[in-house]
Amino acid sequence: MSNTATDYPFIKIQEADFDLTEENARLRAGHKDIGAVVSFVGTVRDINEGDQVSILELEHYPGMTEKALEKIRLEAHDRWSLEASVIIHRVGKMYPTDQIVLVAVASRHRENAFHAAHFIMDYLKTNAPFWKKETLPNGEVRWVDSRVSDKEAEQRWAQ
Amino acid sequence: MVNILYFASFREMLGQADEQLPAEHKTVSELIAELASRGDNWKQALQDNTNLQIAVNHDVASRETTIKSGDEIAFFPPVTGG
Repeated sequence: MSNTATDYPFIKIQEADFDLTEENARLRAGHKDIGAVVSFVGTVRDINEGDQVSILELEHYPGMTEKALEKIRLEAHDRWSLEASVIIHRVGKMYPTDQIVLVAVASRHRENAFHAAHFIMDYLKTNAPFWKKETLPNGEVRWVDSRVSDKEAEQRWAQ
Repeated sequence: MVNILYFASFREMLGQADEQLPAEHKTVSELIAELASRGDNWKQALQDNTNLQIAVNHDVASRETTIKSGDEIAFFPPVTGG
């Protein structure tokens, strides 16, 4: 039932930060047929729902998270012609301006990489079991509500 | 026995992260009804919650899913990653 990191080499759930340059190099390593790399980096805002945010804490469901992300990644590879892709999502405590998530996609031509990166992020938002909890400067702690706009963003990819 | 997990606001609302119960051959809906009888917070989080998310063995499931011995059932609110 439980899976290990090697089951999903292109999915990483980690507390540590990531280096965009290193990850792009890793993605492209061994490929000479790549003509386009699209990388999306999600970062922590210091404002949400009109309030200042001091700390953002990410919780996830170990085991299901990796499986759900791999499913989304493979779906992207089914829909578009891609050479490589990677998804990194951080968990634990983060602070404004920190990087949270990386989706990087490589393909021969840019169109496929743009679409696939957009698709993976939209699906990740509504299908991967992560939950955000934010701490405001006054010490108030609250769970972040899901957004209708994220569900609508996912719908645009319905076939 | 089956393993039941509660995540995020559910874990805090219900005061526990996981538990084991004999729930084989029940549907998820029947399990929820049993859990809901524990009190208002359980009823509110699981039974009356139209946004309830359910996973069985790491896959999205529904209230109609039948539970097998050794299954891992997870209950959680809508996800907010990214």
